[in-house]
Amino acid sequence: MGVFAMPSLGADMEAGTLVEWLVRPGDTVTRGDIIAVVETQKGAIEIEVFETGTVKRLEAEVGQKLPVGAPMAVILAEGEEMPAVSAGPQDDSSPGTDASQAERGPRPARASGGETSTVPPAATAPSQAVSSSGSLRVSPAARVAAAERGVDLAGLKGTGPGGAIVLADVEDAAAAAPAPQETVTDPRAEMRKAIGAAMAKSNREIPHYYLFHRIDLQAATDWLASANADRPPETRLLMGALFLKATALAAQQASGINGHYLDETFEPAAAVNVGLAVAMRGGGLVTPAIRDTDSLSLDALMQAMRDVTARVRSGGLRSSEMTMGTLTVSALGDNGVDALAGVIYPPQVALVGFGTPRARPMVRGTRVVARQSVDISLAADHRASDGRLGARFLARIDEFLQTPEAL
Amino acid sequence: MTEAEYRAVFIAELVNVAPDLDPATIAGTDHIQDDLELDSMDVLNLVAALHKRLDLSIPEVDYPRIETPDKAAAYLAQQLG
Repeated sequence: MGVFAMPSLGADMEAGTLVEWLVRPGDTVTRGDIIAVVETQKGAIEIEVFETGTVKRLEAEVGQKLPVGAPMAVILAEGEEMPAVSAGPQDDSSPGTDASQAERGPRPARASGGETSTVPPAATAPSQAVSSSGSLRVSPAARVAAAERGVDLAGLKGTGPGGAIVLADVEDAAAAAPAPQETVTDPRAEMRKAIGAAMAKSNREIPHYYLFHRIDLQAATDWLASANADRPPETRLLMGALFLKATALAAQQASGINGHYLDETFEPAAAVNVGLAVAMRGGGLVTPAIRDTDSLSLDALMQAMRDVTARVRSGGLRSSEMTMGTLTVSALGDNGVDALAGVIYPPQVALVGFGTPRARPMVRGTRVVARQSVDISLAADHRASDGRLGARFLARIDEFLQTPEAL
Repeated sequence: MTEAEYRAVFIAELVNVAPDLDPATIAGTDHIQDDLELDSMDVLNLVAALHKRLDLSIPEVDYPRIETPDKAAAYLAQQLG
């Protein structure tokens, strides 16, 4: 593989700060291993390596802020030569003292898009998380508070789930040691800025079109209620799982909806990895992807949704989850509003929005009846599809939701 | 357990599923979804945690009865008391 560069963990990421190395020179790594933790505006992300090899050299120092594409390490497969490229940026930097050097470093090679370093392979070997034991799990609120109060997270002991550092830990630490006067950056503002930049780019570059459709949700609602009546809370299903599965199944058959637009070309994706928009408390959102959403049973999908939601809350999302999404689903949940018109998350080409399900008057035959219903929307990229295909896609989601027992 | 103790259990489990919440700032009348920003997955995790801790499987139709700490304390005391 050669130079392992700071990956782009989404269209809204320009740089990341290295929080922790989990490997040392001489270590062998296997595809899927987590080798570093990088802090982004969306919290700490565990960075996976996607080829097998030996770590030859670490180019980045903990604490360094690196632009996307900057060299982090040299990792060589067996028999591979030391790459010449690595002679560049790191030679003149005495690491640790020269973060600004790194910030001025090479521009991300994103225009060429093909840099495989940012895109994990489509093959499906589940990541062999080396064990996240070595990495820092920090809740987003704790991270914000730590930055505001100048608390060093590395020095804290977490009392949250799985040893995660939570707000209370930071507050305890801040109370014990008086905070420094100056506040450098506000991560919440940083995240807002990052989301703003990505969405501005999306609205500027992607010719969006929008479609809306009302779905009779009575069958799915009834099926879900009776399925859950017999289940203990641990195994109950959420309507969101049905939405995700129906969308993924429909996406299998709608290639202009599922994939990426890179280098002025739409590349349909073979797999359907749905990115699930998860709102963060206090603002902001993350859209971790669930691998092969279309092939998971509802129970497995629930488990996957529970897992990523938990890691959005307490830290520990992986780099592949941030990048492998092939389309996004945003569901407003139980207490939201009727509908949403989404902004596509590039390089994806579609976002499906589910409003809050509610009872509405619907015409059945010649009668008006109260039915549970949901208004769904599609924001799609006209460079990849047309309204006719988009309409068929939404109609397919509708069909799948009429036979929930088959999902 | 008294109603106050059920309230404490409820808030403890609430903070477990939503580690960003500060227990000191949660009011008895805070709606767990509208005010505390739990999503439907968080609510389900909360119900599962209460099931484990109290051996009470709260049916979906009763979710509105645990939508605030005050309501939940009364509901748990009534169901288990």
